[in-house]
Amino acid sequence: MMMQDLYLIVEIAGQRAVLPASFVESVVEIDEVAPVPCAPAHVFGLFALRSRVLTVIDTIAALGGDRSTAGEKQAVIVTFDGHLYGMLVDNVDDVVAIEGLPTRPRARLSPGWVRYSAGVLEHEGEPLLVIDIPAMIAGPLDLAA
Amino acid sequence: MDDLLGDFVAETRETLEAMAGEIVAWEATPDDRSRLDTIFRFVHTVKGSCGFLNLPRLEALSHAAEDVLADVRADRRRPDARLVSAVLAMIDRIAEVTDAIETGKEISDADDHLLVAALQPGAAEVEAEPEVLATAETGATGVATAPRAVSRSIRLSADLLDRMMAGVSDMVLARNELARRLRDGGADSTTEVAFERLSSCIAEMRDAITRTRMARVENLFTALPRMVRDISAELGKQVQLEIDGGDVELDREMIEMIRDPLTHIVRNAIDHGIELPEQRVLVGKLAAGRLHVSARQVGNHILIEVIDDGRGIDAERLVQKAISAGILSHEQAAGLTWDRKLELIFEPGLSTAQQVTSISGRGVGMDVVRANVERIGGLVDIESRPGQGLRLTLRVPLTLTIIPALTISSGGQHFAIPRSAIDEIVRIGGDAVRMTKLGGAEIVFIRGTRLPVVSLCNVLGLSGDIEPANLVVLKLSGGARYALAVEAVHDHEELVVKPAAPVVMACGIYGGTTLPDNSRPMLLLDCAGVAEKAGISRDEKNVSEPVAEDESEGLQEAGAVPVLLFCDLDGIERGVPLALVERIEDCFASSISTTGGRMRLNIDGRLVPLISCGAAIGDLKVRVLRMHDGVEELAYAIDSVIDIVPVTIELQRSAVPGLVAGVMLVEDRPIEFIDAFWLFEQGLGAEQNRAELPMCRLSDNDPWTRQVLAPLVEGAGYRVVFSEDQPDAAADLVIISDGAAVRSVEGAAVVRLRPTAEDRGASPESLWRYDRAGLTAELRRHWNKRSA
Repeated sequence: MMMQDLYLIVEIAGQRAVLPASFVESVVEIDEVAPVPCAPAHVFGLFALRSRVLTVIDTIAALGGDRSTAGEKQAVIVTFDGHLYGMLVDNVDDVVAIEGLPTRPRARLSPGWVRYSAGVLEHEGEPLLVIDIPAMIAGPLDLAA
Repeated sequence: MDDLLGDFVAETRETLEAMAGEIVAWEATPDDRSRLDTIFRFVHTVKGSCGFLNLPRLEALSHAAEDVLADVRADRRRPDARLVSAVLAMIDRIAEVTDAIETGKEISDADDHLLVAALQPGAAEVEAEPEVLATAETGATGVATAPRAVSRSIRLSADLLDRMMAGVSDMVLARNELARRLRDGGADSTTEVAFERLSSCIAEMRDAITRTRMARVENLFTALPRMVRDISAELGKQVQLEIDGGDVELDREMIEMIRDPLTHIVRNAIDHGIELPEQRVLVGKLAAGRLHVSARQVGNHILIEVIDDGRGIDAERLVQKAISAGILSHEQAAGLTWDRKLELIFEPGLSTAQQVTSISGRGVGMDVVRANVERIGGLVDIESRPGQGLRLTLRVPLTLTIIPALTISSGGQHFAIPRSAIDEIVRIGGDAVRMTKLGGAEIVFIRGTRLPVVSLCNVLGLSGDIEPANLVVLKLSGGARYALAVEAVHDHEELVVKPAAPVVMACGIYGGTTLPDNSRPMLLLDCAGVAEKAGISRDEKNVSEPVAEDESEGLQEAGAVPVLLFCDLDGIERGVPLALVERIEDCFASSISTTGGRMRLNIDGRLVPLISCGAAIGDLKVRVLRMHDGVEELAYAIDSVIDIVPVTIELQRSAVPGLVAGVMLVEDRPIEFIDAFWLFEQGLGAEQNRAELPMCRLSDNDPWTRQVLAPLVEGAGYRVVFSEDQPDAAADLVIISDGAAVRSVEGAAVVRLRPTAEDRGASPESLWRYDRAGLTAELRRHWNKRSA
């Protein structure tokens, strides 16, 4: 039997990538967040999704870019280790079924992406990076260490 | 029926139900060790609970079963079918008696001894069993058929409660949304009244549902005093129980999971830890052992500590036991650290008790304790000081708590502070509050007490446009306090706090997140974390408190000791190691008496020597440092306390013994350090009679001899005479400058000084006059000779 898993195609920092659908709970609009002073740069803030508190991850900051500015944003809600996180994304495309296991990317990725990609999958001829969600939540190495 | 008894009945019944399968399975395979352990733990728990609930009959039954099972566990008996049946009969009887407790019916105990006898090796064939049961049924006025009293409590799955909680929280948010709409839309008064009613219903419901999950840790502690009393009475021990922190609220689920472990630990502490009063007195402890049970929140954990001052755990003996029980090989044992050895206490079937008692001591307990605590994601830490006591810490994760909190804001953002950490709130600019700077750090005097100030804005790295208006005085678990400067203080609220994501907790200054009614998440500050980030040391104790042992250990490692800086009566800043200061007290000047030229202070009817630097003591009141050297005490009069700072003492030592041992710079100010040795010597009148001191004659009469040499000689414990003044005085030692004629003095040694430093050996007869070490040694040598 072929391996076939569901993935959510998103766009982060201008790069199309996929998130394993098993992590994903929903996609929400996020407006105002409560910032977390002293937290690493990629922690955008806290957001209340009804009665639950999300920790919003600024993916662009995690990749080494500037911190995102305030304003309405889209976030993919993921659950990891009993906590809820919102991963900021530029765009959400579609949920697709992709066969096969992620392979090592042959091109050399930028340092930011090296840390957060769990491989490459091909979908309709387009290579897509698989985002390593736990790594993205942990943030850049120097901060995680 | 009181709550405890009710809990016991419910628990026992529940375990019995859960165990029914195990019992049957054990019957099929009597060699199955894990089933045996389950049953053994059950009877052990029942026995333990009965001990403090005063149910002697159940206790006797379960003890008998436990004895047999212990034999089986230790391979002293084979679990044959007869034994299994006898144990099962016993468990049935325990169930019956438990039910009877609830219904209040009496069950005849006439045949209990038959059940007990059936357990014995070589007992009569178990055919007796059905007979026994039959008697029980007939003799028990139809217990088996009597309907159980309907209990007013039910057990629910925690998942269901979680769903209710989430639902009601969503409801609150929907209500808030509706309230906004109504406000914007201008609803009429009848709608508003209806809405108000809905609001209050929802609020009440939320409260009730939240409470379903939460209980105060106190629930866990209420059974302890009685239990401690009974156990200690039974063992002939004296135990003083101290309970702390009962108002921490904890998930009910957690409380239930901790209940048994805590009971075991407390029981063990009294049984194995705390010694008999006679033994305690022999080793110099108070006859009554101290047992301290406390709960507190640290970060996202609740720590439950049980500390006793008993004999502790002997790790070496544990190792011996483990080796003889075959758990450990000699080679493995050799490679273990002390901590690893201590952890052997958690191995099943290992106990250090010399004797098996009815209280504990079969090695169940600690393995069960650890299993239970780890099941809820907790940890058990053990810290033993042989001869001094044991500290067991249950570290339980904080899944959810309701914390009474104060909401404050800083840098435009709201935060919550646990109310338990708050000492008081003061307004900056108030009468009793004086802010000042000390070496670049902000400090505040609140009614005379000096506290470090931490600006929340700065710690959080927020830009505060608004000047802080309030100080929240926070106390840390060690007793240290600091003042947190915040822009505004808002409200006291009860907040439901959940742990934040690890990446947020890693900041080290938050205790969790909470969602207030405005549906904007708020962070709960961890006061200890904030203090640490701001560089406030935990050792910054309130000056009236002695430094706790633990606290000072860290400092001493770095070579620094806490030093109390004070302003003396003569206005000079002096310091004294804090360890010597027992307390600081204000006394009335009228309680000072002067006898024989010495001042004494009347403290609680005792006359304690009072020393001062010599300046006049105020007319009305005097502040004193009460000092204690372990045996003697004295008081030293001062003007005011400045600070307590950790100092690595490196003094410019004074040559002359006196009040001041030396001077050093502390925070860029010269501080004179009190010579505690001299102080106690003075206080005790130990100063030697001057007439008995050896006499040293200084032959020369130049200013150097009088001003420089004489103090040094006096410092070494001599009386000094000058040949010029008293040419014929007898002397024990004569010091002359090299080359001068010696006027021999009978029986006196002679020390010659020369003005230049030459190579050693060039003039062996004399010492260079600035060779302090040589000179001091020479003075000491002669002094000793004279005194001997």
